[in-house]
Amino acid sequence: MSTSEASSATEASPEVRVIKDATCTFCGCVCDDMDLTVVGNRITKAKNACVLGNSWFLNHHIEDRPEALIDGEPAGYEQAMDRAADILLAARFPLTYGLSDTTSEAQRVAVAITDWIGGIVDTTTSVCHGPSGIAFQGVGEVTCSLGEVKNRADYVIFWGGNPAESHPRHFTKFSLMPKGEFVPNGRKDRTAVLIDVRKTKSAKAADIFLQVKPRRDFELAWALRALAKGLELDASIEETTGIPLETLQQVMDGMKRAKFGVILFGMGVTMTRGKHLNSEAILALARDMNQHTRWNAKPMRGHGNVTGADNVVSWSTGFPFGVHLGSGFPRFNPGEFTAADVLARGEADAALIIASDPMSNFSQPARDHLATIPIVVLDPKLSDTARIAEVAFTVSTYGINTGGTVYRMDDVPIPLRPAFESPYKSDLEVLRGIESRIRQRQLADPASDA
Amino acid sequence: MSSLRITGGTIYDPANGVDGQVGDIWIVDGCVVEAPSEADASADRTLDATGLVVMPGGIDMHCHIAGPKVNTARKMIPDDKRTAEPVRRTRLTRSGSGGSVPSTFATGYLYAGLGYTTAMDAAVPPLGARHAHEELEDTPIIDKGFYVLMGNNHYVMKQVAAGEPGRLKAYIAWLLHSTKGYAAKLVNPGGVEMWKSGGGNVSGIDDTVDHFDVTPRQIIRGVAAAVEELGLPHPVHIHCNNLGMPGNHATTMETMTSLEGHRAHLTHIQFHSYDGDPDDQSTFGSRVSELAEYVNSHDNLTVDVGQVMFGNTTSMTGDGPLGYYLHQVTGRKWFSGDTEMEAGCGIVPIVYKQKSLVHTLQWAIGLEWYLLVDDPWRIAMSTDHPNGGSFLAYPEIISLLMDRELRRDVLAGAPRAVAEKCTLMDLDREYSLFEIAIITRAAPARMLGLSHKGHLGPGADGDVTLYNPDKDIQRMFELPRYVISRGELIVDDAEVVQDTRGRTLHVAPDYDLEAVDHIQEWFEQTYSIQFRNYPVGDHYLENPLLVPTR
Repeated sequence: MSTSEASSATEASPEVRVIKDATCTFCGCVCDDMDLTVVGNRITKAKNACVLGNSWFLNHHIEDRPEALIDGEPAGYEQAMDRAADILLAARFPLTYGLSDTTSEAQRVAVAITDWIGGIVDTTTSVCHGPSGIAFQGVGEVTCSLGEVKNRADYVIFWGGNPAESHPRHFTKFSLMPKGEFVPNGRKDRTAVLIDVRKTKSAKAADIFLQVKPRRDFELAWALRALAKGLELDASIEETTGIPLETLQQVMDGMKRAKFGVILFGMGVTMTRGKHLNSEAILALARDMNQHTRWNAKPMRGHGNVTGADNVVSWSTGFPFGVHLGSGFPRFNPGEFTAADVLARGEADAALIIASDPMSNFSQPARDHLATIPIVVLDPKLSDTARIAEVAFTVSTYGINTGGTVYRMDDVPIPLRPAFESPYKSDLEVLRGIESRIRQRQLADPASDA
Repeated sequence: MSSLRITGGTIYDPANGVDGQVGDIWIVDGCVVEAPSEADASADRTLDATGLVVMPGGIDMHCHIAGPKVNTARKMIPDDKRTAEPVRRTRLTRSGSGGSVPSTFATGYLYAGLGYTTAMDAAVPPLGARHAHEELEDTPIIDKGFYVLMGNNHYVMKQVAAGEPGRLKAYIAWLLHSTKGYAAKLVNPGGVEMWKSGGGNVSGIDDTVDHFDVTPRQIIRGVAAAVEELGLPHPVHIHCNNLGMPGNHATTMETMTSLEGHRAHLTHIQFHSYDGDPDDQSTFGSRVSELAEYVNSHDNLTVDVGQVMFGNTTSMTGDGPLGYYLHQVTGRKWFSGDTEMEAGCGIVPIVYKQKSLVHTLQWAIGLEWYLLVDDPWRIAMSTDHPNGGSFLAYPEIISLLMDRELRRDVLAGAPRAVAEKCTLMDLDREYSLFEIAIITRAAPARMLGLSHKGHLGPGADGDVTLYNPDKDIQRMFELPRYVISRGELIVDDAEVVQDTRGRTLHVAPDYDLEAVDHIQEWFEQTYSIQFRNYPVGDHYLENPLLVPTR
């Protein structure tokens, strides 16, 4: 959709083109300062990209695959969209899942389809920061855009994550190194703390490393909340959390002295014992700190547009993920309406999987059930899920071949500037094709209640 | 060419001086036209409106319906949605959730069902403009747009402090272009930046903002003048400093005088009209009389009310320190979101209780405003949805304005001190249907500078709402008999019978292109995204309506 923006960005030359200010969708940083050198159908250089971004851009190539597979046999888009519409319309309990690696434009159509057919829509949020979404509903969140971190943060805590390897440019672009308006000396003006169960590569970047005992994040957050309130703690907190009281007190003193602090927390918090209670404790800690000075918290989101998925599902239905539309209106119940749980209980009778590969990462019971129901898959690659799909569409890659909108982990929407055209349709085009077929048939059928 | 003739209705069209006269309305290709002179002229379709009350489509000029803040609230309050009536999917329409912050599709259908055909979101941070447009695209039927937060924008404050009105003007125009926004909005000017930088606030319009060496007064004055010079259809839209604080009437009065005659719209004025000592809630009271008197005698000013209604709702604001204050007062869950270089945000669920002295006074103070501003063209109906209550409360407010006994009944059940601390008990004024049509249609259209809205004369949008006259005024306005949007029948007897896409209103004032280099230099030093990725592309607005500057 934003190809018009891309055209002006091209420095024209018959063979080598440079796409300036392109956006990398590999991780939740959504860095939009890529200068991509494009030769034909290859990206030969990705200036400003990190190691993950480089691999994302430079390894990208157009695979020679059929437009679609139906029951494993090559098929054209039209035929495959007809079959996909058949499957979804025939289903009594369809599930739409994935969505975190596609544009918000495509996400909107996926939610529309699910609404028209009365299914469940869920995203990969439910298996990553879903607990943070639940925690958010409990206590709220005090947060800010990443530019605020860049310009103001003088105390930064990374908790339960390894940004050096998962979000390699986070330190240099947003949270540690940059010189900001109110932290003019960059790194020198900031104190960095890493809290994790093991000493990862990120520890080198931190001034203070706190090695929390596994599965004790909740206790550590509450210990810090107690110290923030000025309560006395027993020295046995070291036994509980693995960190001496004195160290905790020093960190708390630093947190209170800071002008602007931020806690950036990862899946080490949300996917360990306590789950949403851990996220809630950290959100509450950041909130409580505002009685002393300015503090914020922010989940470090993984997939390129998982934040967009949360936003689109929220504005369309009112709820962020795990939404059941089968009663004719949205209902929300994580655990009941989330994809991994629905499948593990053997409930859905068809699935529409977009930009995700549950066959490679869901539980065995969920995979077993998925293998028994008709599924429609949209993926640039022949994923494990695509292999067992009744209809598998080959689609172009967002950010590299198609434009659109992606939401950075701090909810900032950023446009995409594709590098070159793909012979394959985008998720958006395929989903629109499916939606229009479903609508035509529903409107032609007087018995349809949709 | 398609044509519609609405025959025999009792028309209330204040902009054209029509006060309850029976007549016909002709709509061709979505616009109202002169009735054909030939006696035997016919239309493609005819709607018999005999016995029905006919008004232009309603216009909500200040609500929160799209963008980052609204969507965050949706994510935050499943508890609110759990008990709210949902919007069910039909053969033609999408489903949605209701409550204080409905989902986008629900928002469009609910407004249409209420006879409203235009709604303007009042507070979008520029960095979230692309998001707001995406949501507006998913908000069906109504025409819509948004105001762009500018009162704590670093570039704005720097140009005001530096005495660079030319750069300020160019920036405001550039920003409206870049965001495809409709108007300039100030929210607690200077105070939000104080919150972002150190957890503070300003206490009045002459405090100096840390790091920026500028006062709220200078920001207000500078932006008001720039907006006027740019010829924007809507003047600067001001959420004053000190919202909600007892004793804030003085700040509000100073804000009005600081304009020195420049045009301005003061929003949710109810929240800014309080007497009392900030540290003692028992001293809380109304100072509407003197503020309304000032508005009555200064025609550079318009207001909307921000009426408080009793019940559960969600407070959402670009006023970051206000969010923190409400969190402390209520102890409830709290969202705060600061946007780099631009704005803040606070969200807290809230309950307005009829047994609370303060809440009932807020309710009464809102009604005082409607009743004490002499000229209905200068005041627009709003609840500051969802802050004071949902837009779905408008019919109830109309009934309170049209029936003094109804409001006295409410006062009778309120804490006794309420009647002593405001003038509501003594106000006998009752609105007529003609005046209701002004404050819900004609006046907001005029304040927004929309010559094609809020009336039913030739050239107007074919947006018409038809009501069954009813002694129960609330019921009459809750359930329009028909709602027509641009000549298409949208609502028939409370059912949405056609799903259409409204237009997005935006402005594009001229500016000095040479000023952009200076903006870009600042931008590249400060923001976390690329300059070229900031402006919202044309393709984000599927159905744009560019409103010309004067």
